[in-house]
This record gives sequence, C-alpha cells and structure tokens, in this order.
Amino acid sequence: MADGEKAVAAVAKRFPAALTGSGSYRDQHWIEVGSDRVVEICRWLRDDPEMDYDYLVDVTAVHWPEDSQPMELVYHLYSISRGDRLRLKTRSGDTGPVPSVSDVWRSASWNERETYDMFGIRFDGHPDLRRILMPEDYTDFPLRKEFPLYRG
Amino acid sequence: MEHRFKRSEDHPDIITLNMGPSHPATHGVLRLVLKLDGEYVESCVPHLGYLHRGMEKIAENRTYLQFIPYTDRMDYLSPLAANVGIALAVENLLGIDVPPRCRTIRVICCELARVGSHLLWLGVHALDLGAATVFFHTFKDREWHYDLVEDLCGARLTTSFTRVGGVMHDVTPEWLGKLKEFVDAMPGRIDDFESLLTKNPIWLQRTQGVGKISGEDAISFGMTGANLRATGVRYDVRVARPYSGYENFDFEVPIGAEGDIYDRYLVRLEEMRQSCRIMEQAMRELPDGPVNVDDPKIFLPEKQRVLTSMEELIHQFMIVTEGFECPEGEIYHSTEVPKGELGFYIVSTGERSPYRLRIRSPSFNNIAALPHMVEGCLLADVIANIASLDPVMGEVDR
Repeated sequence: MADGEKAVAAVAKRFPAALTGSGSYRDQHWIEVGSDRVVEICRWLRDDPEMDYDYLVDVTAVHWPEDSQPMELVYHLYSISRGDRLRLKTRSGDTGPVPSVSDVWRSASWNERETYDMFGIRFDGHPDLRRILMPEDYTDFPLRKEFPLYRG
Repeated sequence: MEHRFKRSEDHPDIITLNMGPSHPATHGVLRLVLKLDGEYVESCVPHLGYLHRGMEKIAENRTYLQFIPYTDRMDYLSPLAANVGIALAVENLLGIDVPPRCRTIRVICCELARVGSHLLWLGVHALDLGAATVFFHTFKDREWHYDLVEDLCGARLTTSFTRVGGVMHDVTPEWLGKLKEFVDAMPGRIDDFESLLTKNPIWLQRTQGVGKISGEDAISFGMTGANLRATGVRYDVRVARPYSGYENFDFEVPIGAEGDIYDRYLVRLEEMRQSCRIMEQAMRELPDGPVNVDDPKIFLPEKQRVLTSMEELIHQFMIVTEGFECPEGEIYHSTEVPKGELGFYIVSTGERSPYRLRIRSPSFNNIAALPHMVEGCLLADVIANIASLDPVMGEVDR
C-alpha cells in the first residue's frame, strides 16, 4: 500500500469535518486538516494502535503569498512499527497562530521554533518560541517569499 | 576568566557557564549555556545558528543540479552520502531510475562515507575523554579514506560526486583495487581500536550508564541513526525503506540495549564493520553497463560528443545554464547518512528551481535531545555526551 494511504482514509472517516483536502504524488499521500483540530488529530495518529505514528520526522512550512491562507504547515509523520510515512498539512494566516504539537512529540519543539524563525508563524502553546538559527535581534523571516533571494 | 563564570543573584550557588561556540569539545560551533550546581548540570540550553548559511533559501534560486555542491557543506564529514541523498530525492521527484551500476556505486559512496565519518567520531570522542592514542590511529585511517575519496572524485571534502540521474563518472578498476585494500584492512583496524577502548576501565567508567536515553524518549525527540539504535530501536532507513538497491545486500543493523554512551560506541563500531561487508559485496557484484541515465534533457552528454555534435553542445549548454524542469508535485525522500535520517522535502511548481526545498537533518534532532540527556549529569559528562551524539554543525545549521 502506498505511503499514508491507510491513514488518509482513516482520518477522513474519523474526522470528516476537519478534512480540508487530500492528494498524492508518486505514491506519497497527504492530507490537509483544519488547524484547530491539528493537535487532536496528531495525538490520535500517534496513539491509535492501527496508526502508531510514533515518530515526527519533520515540521516545516511553505509560503504561498497569493493564497488567502498563505502559510502551509507540513508535518511528516512516520510509524516505525508499520514502516509508513504520512504527510499532514494545515493552513494558517500570515503569522499563524497554529496550535503547537510539542506536547505530542518532543521533536516538534525545535522544529516549530525553526518554522517560526524562518516564516514568522506563531505556535500557540509552544513552551519556548524563540529564534533558533537567526540572531535574537533579527527582524525578518528569511524563507518568506517576499524576502529577496539575492541583492539585485 | 571571571566573565565566563557568573553567579546568579537569586541562587548564589548556581554558576552560569558559557561553552562554545568556539570550543574544541563542542565539535564545531555548538554553543551551550550551562547552569551548574557545583559539578552538576542544572540546565543546558543549546544555541544554534553560528553556521547558518540559508541553504534552504539558496535552493530556491538554484537549479537542481546547482544545489548538489551545497550538500557537500552540510555534513562535511560525509559529503558523499549527502550527495546521494539529494540526487535520489530529485530523481524521485522526476520519477526516473538510474542504471544498476550507478546504484551500486552510490551504495559504495554511502558506506565509504559512513566509515570515514565514524573514524572521525571515534578519534575525537576518545580524545575528548582523554584517550589521545586512539585519535592518531583513527586519523591515520581516515587519511587513507580521504585518499580514496580524492582518487574517486578529485576532492577530499567538496566531492559533489553525484548528478541527477547518475554520478560524475564511472569508477576505475584501479580505484576498486585500492578500495579493496582498504575494505580488507579495516576490520582488523577496528579490532585494534577496540583493543584500546572496549575493555578499558577508564573508558567503561566514563561511558557506561552515562547519557542514557530510553527508546521511547529517543523516538519522541526524533533521534535517528546510531543514537536511536543504541536504545534498542531497530530503525535504519536502509532497511526500513531501502533505496539505491540496499535490499540486495546482506548486512546486519546493530542495536544496543541501554541507550548510553557505551552502546552508541559499540553500535557505531559494528556499523563500520557492516559497511565494509556491504562495500565488499558491492565490489564483488558490481554490475556492468552505463552509470548514467540516457536522457539528454537531464544528464550532461559525454564530453566527446559535446565537442563533435551541435545537438549535444546545446544540451550541455542548456543543462548547465538553465537546468531542467521538474514536474509539479512534492516528495519527501530520505536516506540513512552516518548521522541518521537525512530527508529532503521538495515542493516543485514545475520550474527549474524548487519552490521550496526543506532539509531534514539528523544532527538537528539528535542535538535537540542533549539537554534531556545531560541535565543532572556531571559537567565532564556533557563533553562525553556531545561527542557520542556525533553532531555536525554544518548539518544542524544548514
């Protein structure tokens, strides 16, 4: 079975109201849910024995400035027991806020800090939301699309 | 030195100690701010970013081929492995497969990089704990490994050996002969290193039961690689999600039980032996045939043809100056590099550069667990812990 296929179907069945989109490319399935339900869904994906996504591989974002919800948060989940990967997405406004999943997986703490540092997205309930790679007194968010790629 | 030891006014017994970013035992530019109660660590706050070069941003302004040299500078102790990682990710996005000979050469690259990286880790880890002899032995062999890398691609560090759809060039029989000598000698050399450390009472005291982490915590922190496997969790991308033909090789994935520094040490030593096994099999069963995909839109044409044919000259010119378009889509592809799981998440909008290229680096998550591991430990154990996690700041900061 392709990556994440089972989980996408299961989330669609269990959280139909939260579902805002899904799709696949090269056998990698993704699902998009409402940001208010992210923590609940993540916790279920981690704890449900059929899902067992015990390992949060990565949290990051993609900036789509033209969209009404320009920030696309991307979570990569992996189940070590099932060997299955799932891409979970949610959308937010320009600066968030998005609920933090650092209570579900501890690795989210630093990954969300980096996402804040690079995109300026705020995470609600994050224990320590500070810049992590850029200097403390830096004011910009480099991975946003309006940040120039080069001085031209 | 007074400015480095600061007593807090509320807790006169607590000393704040700044360690790094320029400190020989922080392995690059890791900076830790430690609060010490005597010799014991009350809290540890890592500060990152001293080597941040904005690679993910740079990628948005480069063609896929142009990004490969940047991967050399992530984990600069095993650039060959990162080169393979990015090439596979872009090939995955394009939906192309490389010829069998190329797959096997890439496996050799990954395993050679693993041995080289672990040789450095072992040498400096032992040196950090005061065992200087080991350092000289491992660095002698590491030099041998670098000679092989240099013979392979002309560079010791900035290898950029892979291409999207292939590798820089085929390996020569002479090089394979030299590699064979290395692979044959290494297991004996690893035994020598072991004879210096594995039963050494000082080494045992400094490493056994120190820096322990449970498998559950390690997974929650997103730890991967030998650091995770030392806790007893058998997760190795090469086995869990084979790539580049790893499923055809016979090798073991060593795991530990305690999750302490000593287990991480044993796991990495065994990994080096297994890497030699894989390279030995790869050399024996190296398939014949081309090393690159036959697609003039993606792969540079042969130099001789460029000099004699107009069409090939145009292709070469286009690939170098303009690059090639990737189809619209998004993929995540990961490989097992010496430090753990290195993943690339690429979002393409059909352009010649990625719309977004995210690097999931193993050292970043491994270092995230450091405070959890050292709080309550002795200050001297912080040094041992950093070394045993084997972080590379080029990869943490990107």
